[in-house]
Amino acid sequence: MFLQHLLNGITIGGSYALIALGYTLVYGVLKLINFAHGEIYMIGAYLGFILISLLPAMPPFLQGSLPLFLLVVFGIAAMICSLYGFYLEKICYRPLRGAPKLTPLISALGASIFLQNFVMISMGAKDRIFPQTIGMRAISLGGVSFTPLQLTIIFSSIALMALLYWFINRTRLGTAIRATSTDPFMAALVGINVDTVISVTFMAGSFLAACAGVMIGLYYGSINFTLGYLGGIKAFTAAVLGGIGNVPGAMVGGFLLGIIEALGAGYFSSEYKDVYAFFILIAVLVFRPAGLLGKRSDERA
Amino acid sequence: MLRLTDLELRYGPIRALKGVTLDVAAGEIVTLIGANGAGKSSTLKAISGIHGTSGGSIVFAGRRIDNLPPHEIVALGISHCPEGRRIFGDLSVRENLLMGGYLLAKHEMAGRLDEVLGLFPRLGERIHQAGGTLSGGEQQMLAIARALMCKPGLLMLDEPSLGLAPIMVEKIFETIVALKQTGLTVLLVEQNAGAALEISDRGYVLEIGQVTLSGTSAALRDDQRVAQAYLGG
Ligand SMILES: Nc1ncnc2c1ncn2[C@@H]1O[C@H](COP(=O)(O)OP(=O)(O)O)[C@@H](O)[C@H]1O
Ligand SMILES: [Mg+2]
Repeated sequence: MFLQHLLNGITIGGSYALIALGYTLVYGVLKLINFAHGEIYMIGAYLGFILISLLPAMPPFLQGSLPLFLLVVFGIAAMICSLYGFYLEKICYRPLRGAPKLTPLISALGASIFLQNFVMISMGAKDRIFPQTIGMRAISLGGVSFTPLQLTIIFSSIALMALLYWFINRTRLGTAIRATSTDPFMAALVGINVDTVISVTFMAGSFLAACAGVMIGLYYGSINFTLGYLGGIKAFTAAVLGGIGNVPGAMVGGFLLGIIEALGAGYFSSEYKDVYAFFILIAVLVFRPAGLLGKRSDERA
Repeated sequence: MLRLTDLELRYGPIRALKGVTLDVAAGEIVTLIGANGAGKSSTLKAISGIHGTSGGSIVFAGRRIDNLPPHEIVALGISHCPEGRRIFGDLSVRENLLMGGYLLAKHEMAGRLDEVLGLFPRLGERIHQAGGTLSGGEQQMLAIARALMCKPGLLMLDEPSLGLAPIMVEKIFETIVALKQTGLTVLLVEQNAGAALEISDRGYVLEIGQVTLSGTSAALRDDQRVAQAYLGG
């Protein structure tokens, strides 16, 4: 039973981790919590829904190969959401650079409400049901049962995190993101275009959030325009749990939160499933505000 | 090579530079001396574009550069090694240097890294260590090495000897002289005015945002006012 809960927790935790990375990356370069990030994730889920619904209209080579089709769905949703992230920063945050810390927060709330209503009006307020694509027939192995969909989700989220890790640590632009996070003034002095780095950071975070959105849509089977609210807060909790601004921390925090939720739902009560995240958020803020992997000296959010 | 004319810079209501005029010729070491708060760092910040100016002009290699964004100024060949070293502490020594060469073409990077490490062999030994774990002297070496990665024509150093042990200070000054011999132009800001005038060709004295004295370093060393105010008697 424990292993079963663990597996379910890892499935959902991977998505939390992907979204949490967006919070943490943006916090790194701007020391700002992008509270509209959950909406990007929600839009990713809707884009996934739209694209998967288009399957019957797709060219035969895509209809014939499910992995290839899903790759296209994830890719297109992620790219469109990157553009959302790009313009979100450009319109809602860039003009407020240097303003008091509360100002961009209010701007984020505004963006959040706008995006939610935009989706509600264009897609409707009712739940949307994801078309069935990947097999949902459970496979049983040593008492643990899982679906091919679950494996696909776990594998994709780990692959995406590995990709991000490679980008941040092994490429010039990724290293520039880390340099800008430590010292934007010095980053500008070595010739880094800090504005470009900030744009790229928003795009990378939105890319991952979109993928998480498609995964969650596939996993739960139905989506709603308010999805980004709860998902956003949970992923934010995961980022704070791992240490805001810390990339491995966001990954660990995401999986940990998913596992805690699954265990809590399994052993205590599934009705309180969404409450555990808030308990954790409060506990972390009270007892270890810098998070599990954060430095104690870090500036606090 | 570089000419500032009537340069003004403010921090909100504070006028940090009130019309600074100075020039630096190719191949020279020029020293900027002055008390704390005189505007030395502000002068360098204006040149590297990290802080906007409110009047006057900056001309580099025949082109006006005031209020260009910093990355464009680096691309023109001006490198600014700021006060306090500002090493990227979580990045390795190698990554710090790669960031210094951020604007280099891909094929130039490895070669330039070898050249710069040739000047600072000690950094080569610590290449995978996090920058923040180096000693103060090593961090200053890394800061200078990082500033050299972009192959600048003009290197601006802001108080490179500050807070270092005397033996390290000597090393830093030797390094600056060696760099000049490779044809590099240096604009040097120093508290340690004696040592700075020793190695430089010319100097300017800055007082509350204005140039009050200038001349060859030898003449400044012999000047009564400079001796009293900056050379400790
Ligand atoms: N970021 C800043 N904000 C406000 N005032 C500043 C700032 N930086 C420097 N100043 C002021 O500008 C003046 C010149 O400073 P600076 O150029 O750092 O002097 P120096 O490098 O010669 O010690 C000082 O009066 C200083 O207090
Ligand atoms: Mg200074």
